[in-house]
Amino acid sequence: MTVEIRNLSRRFGRDAERPVLQDITLQVASGEYVAIMGESGAGKSTLLNLIAGLDRPDSGTVLIDGVDLGTLDDDGRTLLRRRRMGFVFQAFHVLPYLSVARNVALPLALNGISGAAADFRLGELLAAVGLADRADSAPGELSGGEMQRVAIARALAHRPAVLLADEPTGNLDPRIASSVLTLLRDQVKHDGAAGILVTHSATAAATADRVYVLENGRLR
Amino acid sequence: MTTVTAPAGPRPTPAPWRLWLSATVLGPLRQSPGRALVAVMAIALGVALGLAVHLINRVAADEVQLAARSLFGIADLSVQGSGQGLDESLYPTLARLPMVAVASPVVDVRARLPDRGRTLQLLGIDPFRVRELQAPLAPLGATAVRSTGMLAEDSVWLSPAAAEALDLAEGDELRVQVGLETQGLRVAGLLPAGAFRQQIGMLDIAEAQQRFARLGRVDRIDLRLVPGSELAAARGAIAAVLPAGARLLTPGEASDDALRLSRAYRTNLTALALVALFTGAFLVYSTQMLVVARRRREIAFLHAMGLTVREQLAAILLGGAIVGVTGAALGIVLGIVAARAGLAAFGADLGAGYFRGLAPSLAVPPLDCLVFFILGVLASIGGSVAPAREAASVSPAAALRSGNVGSEPISRRLGKIGSEPFSGAVLWAIAGLIVWLEIGPWPLFKQFRGGGVPWPGYLAIACLLIGAVRVAPALARAVLDRLPGGGPAWRQIATAQLRGTARSTAISLAAVLVSFSLMVAMAIMVQSFRDSLDTWLQRVLPADLYLRAGTPGTSAYLDAKTQQRLAGVSGIARIDFVSSTEVSLKHGAPRIVVLARPIDASDPTRSLPLRREARHPLPSGTVPVWVSEAALDLHGLDVDTVFDLPLGERSVRASVRGLWRDYERPGGAVVLARSTYVAATGDERATGAALWLEPGTSADTASAALRRVLPGGGVYEIARPQELRRRSLEVFDRTFAVTYLIEAIAVLIGLVGISAGISTQVLARRGEFGMLRHVGVLRREIARLLAFEGAVQGALGVIGGLALGSLVSLILIHVVNRQSFHWTMDLHVPWGALAGLTALLIGAAAATAAISGRLAMGADVVRAVREDW
Repeated sequence: MTVEIRNLSRRFGRDAERPVLQDITLQVASGEYVAIMGESGAGKSTLLNLIAGLDRPDSGTVLIDGVDLGTLDDDGRTLLRRRRMGFVFQAFHVLPYLSVARNVALPLALNGISGAAADFRLGELLAAVGLADRADSAPGELSGGEMQRVAIARALAHRPAVLLADEPTGNLDPRIASSVLTLLRDQVKHDGAAGILVTHSATAAATADRVYVLENGRLR
Repeated sequence: MTTVTAPAGPRPTPAPWRLWLSATVLGPLRQSPGRALVAVMAIALGVALGLAVHLINRVAADEVQLAARSLFGIADLSVQGSGQGLDESLYPTLARLPMVAVASPVVDVRARLPDRGRTLQLLGIDPFRVRELQAPLAPLGATAVRSTGMLAEDSVWLSPAAAEALDLAEGDELRVQVGLETQGLRVAGLLPAGAFRQQIGMLDIAEAQQRFARLGRVDRIDLRLVPGSELAAARGAIAAVLPAGARLLTPGEASDDALRLSRAYRTNLTALALVALFTGAFLVYSTQMLVVARRRREIAFLHAMGLTVREQLAAILLGGAIVGVTGAALGIVLGIVAARAGLAAFGADLGAGYFRGLAPSLAVPPLDCLVFFILGVLASIGGSVAPAREAASVSPAAALRSGNVGSEPISRRLGKIGSEPFSGAVLWAIAGLIVWLEIGPWPLFKQFRGGGVPWPGYLAIACLLIGAVRVAPALARAVLDRLPGGGPAWRQIATAQLRGTARSTAISLAAVLVSFSLMVAMAIMVQSFRDSLDTWLQRVLPADLYLRAGTPGTSAYLDAKTQQRLAGVSGIARIDFVSSTEVSLKHGAPRIVVLARPIDASDPTRSLPLRREARHPLPSGTVPVWVSEAALDLHGLDVDTVFDLPLGERSVRASVRGLWRDYERPGGAVVLARSTYVAATGDERATGAALWLEPGTSADTASAALRRVLPGGGVYEIARPQELRRRSLEVFDRTFAVTYLIEAIAVLIGLVGISAGISTQVLARRGEFGMLRHVGVLRREIARLLAFEGAVQGALGVIGGLALGSLVSLILIHVVNRQSFHWTMDLHVPWGALAGLTALLIGAAAATAAISGRLAMGADVVRAVREDW
C-alpha cells in the first residue's frame, strides 16, 4: 500500500471534549483515487496535514510507501514530501514571481532533476494541462482555473507516490471546477499515484473511486 | 474524461540551483524592489559614513605621525621643556653623556602671523647638528654660512606646504608678531620637498632665540644614541640630569601626545558613524521581518513542498547577504567620495581644530575598505537572523489553511523566561548595572576603556536599544488593547486591524523607536553641551572687556612695560593679567596647562565655576591651586591632593583647593595666583587681560583709550564678552557640524525605514481594501483609516523613542562624554526641537500610510478580492 493509516487520532487542546480525529484507518494503493468528504470543521484538512507529515498525531501511524512518518524528524518528513508527495491547495499557492513553466519545474529542481529528463517532463505536463502556450506567462495573467492547472502540473512534476488535494475547486466556478477535477483524476491515474481528494462537495467526491465521509471524528 | 494529449515536446528548464535561488531568494527580492532598495541604501549609507570617518581619522593620525617623524628625523629620544623651555646649558650636559652620539637643540615657536589671523610653527635649529639627524636637511648645513644660507640674518626657510598656504615665494617677507611688535623675516628658500609634509618654517636657532625673546632657552633637545646603546638604560641616565618639568620622550610617544587629545573626539565620531550602520542593520531586520510576515503562507507552502527548515534559514540569510554585498559595495564607493569631500570641506580634524597646519591627502587602504565591506555584509546578515528564525518557526499546517491571514502570537507573559519581554527586561537591567558601575566610585571597567573610548557606555546604550526592540511587541500589545474601540466605522476597523496585526505593528514601531531614540539622544546631548558651554562662558567671562595678544603658547604676549601702560588707562577700574603655559607633572606624562591669574583664595567662586571645594585647610608650605575636571581624570588631582607643580626650573608644593569645569583645555588645567607664578618663574609676560570699566565708561571709549597706549594695529584683539561667547559657540557649531550631518543621515534612514514598513503593510492589504470598497466604504474613509493607523504607529514609536532617547542621552552625558572628554555638563532638553521632530515623524507616518493607501486603491482593486497571494 502506498498510503496506510492505522488508528490515527488527533485532539486540539487539553480540554477538548472529543478529539478531531478518532481511530482513523485508511489504505490507498497506487493508482487509486479516493475522496474524503465532510462538512466544514469536520477535520478533513487536519487529516490531510497528518498524512503529509505537516502535523503529528496524538496516536496512530501513517506509512507512506512503508515509511512510518512517526519515526522521522521534521527534516526527514520534509524530504519525504519533497520526493514522494504532491499538493494541490484551494488557494493555488502559485509563486507570483516565477513564470508558469518555472512554477511547474520547481519540484524537479528540488529533486535535482535537470537536463533532458526535466525538459521532457515539463513539456509533457504543460501540454497535459493545456498550458503549453502560457509557459512564459506570469501567474498574475492567469485565471483561477488556469492557476489551478499550474498547481496540478506542479504537484505531479516529480511523479510523486502520493497526491494530496485539499478543496482544489473551492475557488472555482462549477464549469471550471469540473474540468479541473477531471484533469486531476486523469493525471493521478496516468502517473499511477495514490490520490486523496478532500472536499465538502458531493460533485467533486463523485469523481473518485471511493468516497469516505468524515463525521464526528470518524471515517466511514 | 479529458483526453491526455501527446507531449508538446521538450521544454528547456533552468538548472536546479538557479530555480531554487529564484524561488527562495531572488524572486522575493524582485517582488518588492522598493523594499530591497531601501535595505540596500540603508547598509550603503551606514558603510559609507563609517568608512569616510575612519579614512579621515586615519589620514589625520598618519599625517600627525609622519609630521612628528619628519620633525625628529632619526633621533632616538627628545628632551622637551615646559612652557618656559629648557636652559640651553642643558645642551652641552646632554651632548657630553657617553651614550649620546648627537644632540640637536631646537627652539619651537608658534609664531602669530598678524596679517593672516593664524599661526605658523617655526623651528630654530642648529643646521650643523640637525643635518646629522635629518638627511634631507644636509644641504642646509652645507650652505649655512653663505649669504643666502641658513645662518643669514632675518632668514626663514618654509616647507612647500607652508609656502603654498601662505602664498609666499623665495624673497618674499613673512610678518610675525613678537609680543605686540611685528617683525619681518625674508623667505630665503624652501625646505626640501617631501621632507616635511606639514606647514612649518625653519631658521637659525640663534636668530630664533633673539627674535622671539628666548635668549638662553631652548624648547627641546633631540638625541641620537650611540649605536648599541640600551634604550631603557639610556633613558634612565638622561632623566637623572633633567630639571623638574622636563619630559623625555621617544618620537613615537611625542606623536602619540599630539593624537591623544583628539583621539576621543575621533573615536566617538567613528562610533557615531557606526551607529548609522547599526540603524541600517536594524532597517534590514525590520524590512525582512515584514517580508516574512507577508510571506507566511508562501513559506509554509515551500515547507510543504519539501524545503527544509535549514534551507528556509539559508534562503533568508542569503537574501540578507545579497542585500549586504550590494549595499556594502555601494557604500565603499560612497564612503571614498564622502571622505574626499569631507577632507576638503572640514579638514583632517573634521572641524574640531586639533590638526591645524596639516596638509593631508587621502589614502584608501584596500584592507580598510575590505573590513568595512565585511562589516556591512555582516550587519545585513545580522539583521536577517531574527527574520530567518521567524520564518523557520512558521507552522505550515496553520498557515496553509485557506483564509488564514497569519497569526501573530505575542507573549503576554512578561516574566516567561525566554520570552521577548523577559529578554528585553534582562538587557535593560544589564544596561542599568553598567551605568551604575561606571558612574559610581568604583570604576570597574576602567581597564576596558582603551584609548579613551568608553566601551561600557556604548555597550549600555546597545543593551537599551536592543532591549527596547525585544519589549516593543508586548508594549505595543498592551497599548493597542487599550485603544478606545468606538467611533466611526473606519476608526473601529483601523483599531481592530492594529490589534490584529500587533506583531507587524511592533516591527514598524521598533524601527521608529530605534531611529527616533538616537535622534532624541543626540539632540539632548548636543543641546545640553551647548547650553552648558554658554553658561560656562558667562561664568568665565565676567569682565567688561578682554584684551588678547595671542593664544597661549604663541609668540604674542604683553610684556611688563605694556602691562604698566594698560593699568594706567583712564576708565579702567580693574585689570587682571593672565599668563598661560604648559608643564609636565611627571617625566613622560602628558602636559597640563597652567593658568596664572589674580584669584581671591578666600572666595574663588567669584572667578571660577567650581564644582567641588577642598574639605581641609590649606597645608603649610603649599600654594593653593584649582584644577579642572580633566586634570582630575587624567592626572588624578582630586581636591585636597598635594603635588609638585613644576614652574620654571623648580617645583612648588601645590594643594588642590577646588575642582572647576573647563571646556577649553581637554588635557587639563591648573589655576594659581599670578603672583605665585611670577615669583616662581620670574616670567612677567601675560597672554591677555580682563578689564572691568569704571561706571559711566563705555566699552567703545575704553577700547579707544587702550589702542592709544598700545603699539601697532591688528597685533592684539579687544573684544567684549558677548563677542567672545558668540565666536565660541560658532566654533562649537562648526565642530558639531559633522555630528549633525551624521545624525541627519541616521534620521533619514529611520524615516525611509518607517515609510517602507508602512507602505509594505498597506500594499499587502489590497484585497482588504477591495472588500471594503465592495461593502460601500468610501475612498476617503479608507484614507482616514490608514492615516489613523499610521499616526498610531508613529505616535507609539515616537513616545517610546522620546523615553528611550532620554535615557540614552543621560548615558551619553554622564558616562560617554565624561569619560571621552573629561568634562561634565548639565542637562538641557530642546523641547521645541523635539516637539517639531515628533510632529514631523507622526505626520510622516500618517502621510505615508495615506499615500500608500491611494496607490493600493488603484483601478483594479476589485481584482484584489480574489483569494490569492
